[in-house]
Amino acid sequence: MWPDAPRHALGAQVRILDLGKPGHVRTPLYVRGKVGVIDQVCGDFENPEERAYGRVGGARIPLYRVRFAQADLWPDYEGRPQDQLVIEIYHHWLQPA
Amino acid sequence: MTAHDHDHDHDDAHDHDHDHPHGPHPTREDDDLELTYSEARYLAMRGMLIKQGILTGDEIMRRLAVNDLASPHQGARMVARAWVDPAFKARMMADAKSAARELDIAVTEAKLTVIENTPQTHNLVVCTLCSCYPRSLLGEPPAWYVSKAYRSRAVREPRKVLGEFGLAFPGDVEVRVHDSNADLRYMIMPLRPEGTEGLSEEALAALIPRDALVGAALVDRPA
Repeated sequence: MWPDAPRHALGAQVRILDLGKPGHVRTPLYVRGKVGVIDQVCGDFENPEERAYGRVGGARIPLYRVRFAQADLWPDYEGRPQDQLVIEIYHHWLQPA
Repeated sequence: MTAHDHDHDHDDAHDHDHDHPHGPHPTREDDDLELTYSEARYLAMRGMLIKQGILTGDEIMRRLAVNDLASPHQGARMVARAWVDPAFKARMMADAKSAARELDIAVTEAKLTVIENTPQTHNLVVCTLCSCYPRSLLGEPPAWYVSKAYRSRAVREPRKVLGEFGLAFPGDVEVRVHDSNADLRYMIMPLRPEGTEGLSEEALAALIPRDALVGAALVDRPA
């Protein structure tokens, strides 16, 4: 489906989906459902959710770095309001927000 | 084979024993001490890969030799060069992998990213899911980096964790955490300390502690 499917642009607001997918997924629970901003468009990579099970050589999918305000991730965040966190998220875990 | 068999390259969760009694010498079938489960598994896997012609013993030896060269000194060399050479720094920020190659550092990671600390922003790297780390530039990660305590707390209370490393930042500084959870690997470019204007690149590199290259330390000015 890539690279023809629309990609997220730098600075776009995105929500992290909770796909409920078991196994070797790279999207930790603490960002699921949260809204952040595309901080970097990293290029295309083979899906580690496939590679982890020996299915190598598959389609390459877009990877982004998504930035969050820490206060949006943790309701009880004790740092400063300007603190941020950036994490790598594959395209299929994102939707526009 | 006499290579350092402990220096396997792995980026994902792993359970090999760091507390076994063998010390740093290579694992081998005729070891005097009993092999741990992971060592026996490693030897069996290596034997099968060679027997089935997937890898040769030479290929494994060569890769182990590359792994042996990886140490925090490589990352420190890159940062020191970037401190003294703005054109190199620009290339490193654009593509850290090819910048490493300029310094004859063999990079095995798919993609390396360098993130620069500034007076306004301090950056910290963690891999919450496993132990992803820029091994080509920094060698094997320290025990604290792979500990569950660091992996869970660095994203949730980074200022407290940094405080335990002896680092405190004024209220107007942003602390930015980078979760190295997927395909990229990160090295932090620390701030160059004041009072180092006259130092050579080699002397600068020697000032840079390993932990500064993932954001858990600062570079102190020379005594």
